[in-house]
Amino acid sequence: MGRFLAGRLAATLPVMGVVAVIVFLLLRLAPGDPAAILAGDAASPDQIAAIRARLGLDQPILTQFLSWIGRLLHGDLGASIISNQPVAKLILERIEPTLALATTTIVFAVLVAVPLGVLAAWWHGTWVDRAVMAVSVLGFSVPVFVLGYLLIFGFAMQLRLLPVQGYVSITEGVWPFLSRLILPTLTLSVIYIALIARTTRSSVLEVLGEDYIRTARAKGIGETQVLWRHALRNAAVPVISVIGLGIALLISGVVVTESVFNLPGLGRLTVDSVLARDYPVIQGVILLFSALYVVVNLAIDLSYLLFDPRIRY
Amino acid sequence: MIGASVRSEPVLSITGLTVPLPRGADRANAIEGLSLSVGPNEIVCVVGESGSGKSITASAVMGLLPPNLSPSAGQILLQGEDVLKVGPARLRALRGSRMAMVFQEPMTALNPVLKVGDQIAEMLEAHSGRGGREARRRRVLDLLGDVHLPDPPSLAKAYPHQLSGGQRQRVMIAMALANDPALIIADEPTTALDVTTQAQILKLLKELQARRNAGILFITHDFGVVSQIADRVVVMQKGRLVEEGSAEDVLTRPRDPYTRMLIAAVPRAEPPPPRPRRQPSAPILAVRDLTKTYGGRGLFGGGRAVTALDSVSLALQPGETLGIVGESGSGKSTLARCVARFVDPSAGHIRIGGDDIALLPTRELRPYRRRVQMVFQDPYRSLNPRRTVGQSIIEGPMNYGLSKEAAWARATRLLDLVHLDAGALDRYPHEFSGGQRQRIAIARALAMEPDVLIADEAVSALDVSVQRQVLELLEDIRERLNLSILFITHDLRVAARLCDRLVVMLGGRIVEEGATAALFANPRHAYTQALFAAAPKLRVAQE
Repeated sequence: MGRFLAGRLAATLPVMGVVAVIVFLLLRLAPGDPAAILAGDAASPDQIAAIRARLGLDQPILTQFLSWIGRLLHGDLGASIISNQPVAKLILERIEPTLALATTTIVFAVLVAVPLGVLAAWWHGTWVDRAVMAVSVLGFSVPVFVLGYLLIFGFAMQLRLLPVQGYVSITEGVWPFLSRLILPTLTLSVIYIALIARTTRSSVLEVLGEDYIRTARAKGIGETQVLWRHALRNAAVPVISVIGLGIALLISGVVVTESVFNLPGLGRLTVDSVLARDYPVIQGVILLFSALYVVVNLAIDLSYLLFDPRIRY
Repeated sequence: MIGASVRSEPVLSITGLTVPLPRGADRANAIEGLSLSVGPNEIVCVVGESGSGKSITASAVMGLLPPNLSPSAGQILLQGEDVLKVGPARLRALRGSRMAMVFQEPMTALNPVLKVGDQIAEMLEAHSGRGGREARRRRVLDLLGDVHLPDPPSLAKAYPHQLSGGQRQRVMIAMALANDPALIIADEPTTALDVTTQAQILKLLKELQARRNAGILFITHDFGVVSQIADRVVVMQKGRLVEEGSAEDVLTRPRDPYTRMLIAAVPRAEPPPPRPRRQPSAPILAVRDLTKTYGGRGLFGGGRAVTALDSVSLALQPGETLGIVGESGSGKSTLARCVARFVDPSAGHIRIGGDDIALLPTRELRPYRRRVQMVFQDPYRSLNPRRTVGQSIIEGPMNYGLSKEAAWARATRLLDLVHLDAGALDRYPHEFSGGQRQRIAIARALAMEPDVLIADEAVSALDVSVQRQVLELLEDIRERLNLSILFITHDLRVAARLCDRLVVMLGGRIVEEGATAALFANPRHAYTQALFAAAPKLRVAQE
């Protein structure tokens, strides 16, 4: 177990290294010149060249890469080309709304989707099952931004129940914080509800056909007990896997949602940095995301231990 | 015995039970007009092949029929109470308290994520309650002791995957006994177990039943088991009762031809006269010092290493059938998989016609793959359900360059060889019975024209009557094709029938080896003797 943990954590280092190389190269290969963007439309070639030299962008790619990696190994993510602020500081400023949205989304999606999936499996073949499946197809099909604008139009503009957009930190009050997260959470969670409900349904259905469920019935215990005690824990592992996958996918999901609801999070920071070719910021954010991804996956693998005694690391 | 004595009120009495099958099935009723009874302290064996309706009978009594089946006539009286008439709540109360069931597959019948002690305690909790947690815990430990499981306190905390098949079946039995049921239904409880384990479980059931005065409805396809355990016998064929009587009567004087066929199908633990020996030649397969170790070599070293095969050596002559006999964990299947190179041996030599393939890298194995072919245990899972029989058979030969026409012609010939109609080529595996599927699997293996055919428990999943047919088929084709067969089995009786020589394995080693007749006449190793003692024997001789 301890060895497994150490091994997995050690394995993250090469993964992060590969990510760093790829991100760095892709950005350099993509069209667009940060110096030109920074200098503005009226700048002369000389001015652009001067800015390029100041940013170190005139150096060979290898030199640029080595100096970035060198600083990275000392824990320095560099500074934004545009604002000159340290990347770490920019990320810290923006991380709260993103974490808040991601957390509410996953919690909400799991709370809704798992019971829906279990109900669909339990009432397999009835209208309940068909309704859940229909909702799930709908959830997969509606684009995030369409749903976002529809919710804003309905709840914020017509009914005036909730704020249209923006973010307030939880330190300024729970309701102002939550009220601004409700619509983004609904928007973002729909696709996860669809995904998790489907997986839960098929997993529970499969387990309900197992021999030990028949054994449980032969014991004369009630159907609710059969479901709670015997079916659900056995059905958990695939569901947990898909939730883990969901958390990883969430990282890209927040980009669109934050734009629609004007939340000042990492998604927005990414979009803005890409548009400005702010290389150090993009690199920093992507490294952070990939580190999160690795950690989430590890946490998911560890959580299997809670559900299935046959799994040992 | 019981037949003549005065019997008290039966614990189970089924009269005129009919369970219709859904439209489109091969017959109208799964069970038709079935009547039988089980008295207290009596073991009634219901015997029949797959599809005879014996398991449906068990499910009907327990009220566990699949949703598309429900009885249309008859009554099932459990101590006088008709379980077909009671409501779901009452039925639940009866299940597990007055009647309990032991299933066939101990591997899958227990919940893998709950401790076995908790699973037994749940049985108590669901019914009497048995006076609180501590009382239940003590009762669980008593039950585990009653079924002779070692160290009940630590065993109660184990998960099913930590136990052997026999131990799990003991746990199932402890669970069934928990509330002192009047009726225990055992549905093929020993079919998935090794012979020595089977003998122990049968002994245990008999002992417990005598002590607790319970009636047992014991479902089996094997008259060998019947002769060891039954007081009375009910023979079922296609949903109907064809014969009923005391065990002694049915075994010694079977009246119905179907019963006679089932009894005759039980393999005898005596080998037929040996086949004429050919002059010895170079072995077609020679295994020397083959060793396979699992685990212990992870990325970071350490871990527990398990030696599945320990310096095993054997030789297979052309045209010979060599039996490898052993129980679960003996290493016999690992040996087969190593020879077929499905797993990589850790050390040793495997010579096929002179070339050592033991440590050959995978890409150099291709020419040898064709020369060793395998028939697997479970014909329900070894054929791809989405490919027709023909596609499955021709795939291998075409991989090795045969034209489609030639492969198809070969497949047609082979189906004829295994006594199947050529029309089978265009059909899918699910359209065939288990025995037919195993014939298809044999045809598929033979289509590669292998030097060595490995049959890994190839008849173990089949009913005895079907098993006999497949054995006859193997006897027939090995003569016609001069096949060299490595025949892996846990069943000495089956090995006796087919094999020229036998190798007995225990704990990854060969403990005894010899010509079949000689080994049967004089088993020297204690383990071989134990295997002989455990093999079910018909307790009465027949014509």
